[in-house]
Amino acid sequence: MSTNLEGAKDVIVFDKVNKWYGNSFHVLRDINLNVKQGERIVICGPSGSGKSTLIRCINRLEEHQEGHLFVDGTELTDDVKAIDKVRKEVGMVFQQFNLFPHLTVLENLTLSPMYVGKVPKKEAEEKAMMQLKRVRIAEQAGKYPLQLSGGQQQRVAIARALCLTPKIMLFDEPTSALDPEMIKEVLDVMVAMADQGITMICVTHEMGFAKAVADRVIFMDQGQIVEQNNPHDFFNNPQTDRSKDFLSKILGH
Amino acid sequence: MAETIIFQSLPARPAPTKTEGLVPWAKANLFANWQSTVTTFVVGGLLLYFIPQFLNWAVLTATTVPNADACRAPGVGACWGVITEKYRLIIFGRYPLEEQWRPLVATLLLLALLVASCTRAFWNKWLLVLWAVVVAIFFALMYGNVLGLSKVTTDRWGGLPLTIMLSSMSMVMAFPLAIAVALGRRSKLPAIRTFCTIYVELIRGVPLISVLFMASFMFPLFMPQGVTIDVLIRVFAGLTLFAAAYMAEVIRGGLQAMPKGQAEAAASLGLSYWQTQGRIILPQALALVVPSIVNNFIGLFKDTSLVGIVSLYELTGSLGLALNGDADWRPFKLEGYVFITFIYFAFCFAMSRYSLWIEKQVNKSKLR
Repeated sequence: MSTNLEGAKDVIVFDKVNKWYGNSFHVLRDINLNVKQGERIVICGPSGSGKSTLIRCINRLEEHQEGHLFVDGTELTDDVKAIDKVRKEVGMVFQQFNLFPHLTVLENLTLSPMYVGKVPKKEAEEKAMMQLKRVRIAEQAGKYPLQLSGGQQQRVAIARALCLTPKIMLFDEPTSALDPEMIKEVLDVMVAMADQGITMICVTHEMGFAKAVADRVIFMDQGQIVEQNNPHDFFNNPQTDRSKDFLSKILGH
Repeated sequence: MAETIIFQSLPARPAPTKTEGLVPWAKANLFANWQSTVTTFVVGGLLLYFIPQFLNWAVLTATTVPNADACRAPGVGACWGVITEKYRLIIFGRYPLEEQWRPLVATLLLLALLVASCTRAFWNKWLLVLWAVVVAIFFALMYGNVLGLSKVTTDRWGGLPLTIMLSSMSMVMAFPLAIAVALGRRSKLPAIRTFCTIYVELIRGVPLISVLFMASFMFPLFMPQGVTIDVLIRVFAGLTLFAAAYMAEVIRGGLQAMPKGQAEAAASLGLSYWQTQGRIILPQALALVVPSIVNNFIGLFKDTSLVGIVSLYELTGSLGLALNGDADWRPFKLEGYVFITFIYFAFCFAMSRYSLWIEKQVNKSKLR
């Protein structure tokens, strides 16, 4: 499956982005990357390769020190207004769900629309219920996050991010903390979302998901983009020794 | 191909109930093994030895007649007469006798406000208005000079009203200050961070008594000529600053315990710093440290007894005031102390129970 991206504009642009942790750890090295509106990208690579850092730069959870990074036409700098604007456009789903445990599921969803978007409570709740139905978990609206299973929590987290009607969704290893039986229910929701034309960038090792959904697979190692291609060619005909080695390890069983 | 075996789950059963009744309970808890049995007998023996003696002194041979001679009679135990005779002086200090209904009403109002503030139904923005109104009435009643009430200067305030006022108001002021300092110590701005750190370290490095002493005697030296701030306000400020420094560290501990993901999730949803702190981080961090905060409050309540150093006679001070100058009753200070001990205990125990209730409230979301 691949989207027709002809003529779509670039919604994310990395221009020679560099980032260091502390003084010595060079975590992102000369990253150049253009993401088209509606494109679905899967980023994979060994741990410590900088893939999480890369997507966390997109909503400024991490700051880059060199280069330029544009999200939907806005350059990310120290300017708080620019950051706020970008965060309204970008939803994020975390490995550890990061739901707010002291709020109910519904309150988790309505928090940002109500206090950031200034949407009236009733309207925010209606919209939240719609999103909960979309991830098939509406009946749990009154519960607290810790009363749900991991898969349910992650679906709530996806619904929460969708409540902002973002243009871009970032997924940071969304299924890595889940029991095997719960991975499918989360991936199903993500596949359904992919059909709706939202720009998705997903750090994951679910290669089945990458094959089914991605327009492009990006392979990273040691802070660099080593290789990028459409999933068919990437999996069947990897170009670099590093990606061949990586694929042989994760597809070896 | 073999037929698939259908998995059948066992129905859930209730957990086995514990054995009820006095004998099995005692067997399990008091006489489980020989060490436990020996401890039971030793502790039981000590209790059997001391409790009757105490009861004999406090109840059986005690007298409640407010007559010092009756208390001195041979064979008489506790002399509760000292309380009957002096309770107004102990409870209200040097406040003019015929006007003591004023601190009584003012304190009851303040206590009612405190109880209301502790109740969920009152947790809305009107509570702040209520506080302003009640505190204004409190001071109007205590100080007078309005509505035909005679003026009673603060140096005559004393006893339990002073204890309750000083502790409750410094708690209420210290709490937000402590939150601000705790957040300040984690600020990205070095100036704010350094200032908050210096404040905490400075205050924690000195005993409360010297803070009070400085607030009372040294502070006026730095004031311009002719400007005086009432000693009560200076002491109140001293107590507040002292309590806030300790509480700030407790709250900072709670903030440290919050997983980073919470702030990140809030940021990714576009929440501002203050929205994140106010709606996500603080509610959870404070819930974690409820026991320690109440611990501080209880400590503060009893620390008010140190304001005696600057000649303010709160409950403990007014006990001394009531008995030290009276040769007839001075020997019965012990009974006086037992009396105020019960008062202190009642308040501290109430706070401790309330803390348990609050813990249950804030942990509701963690119940399965």
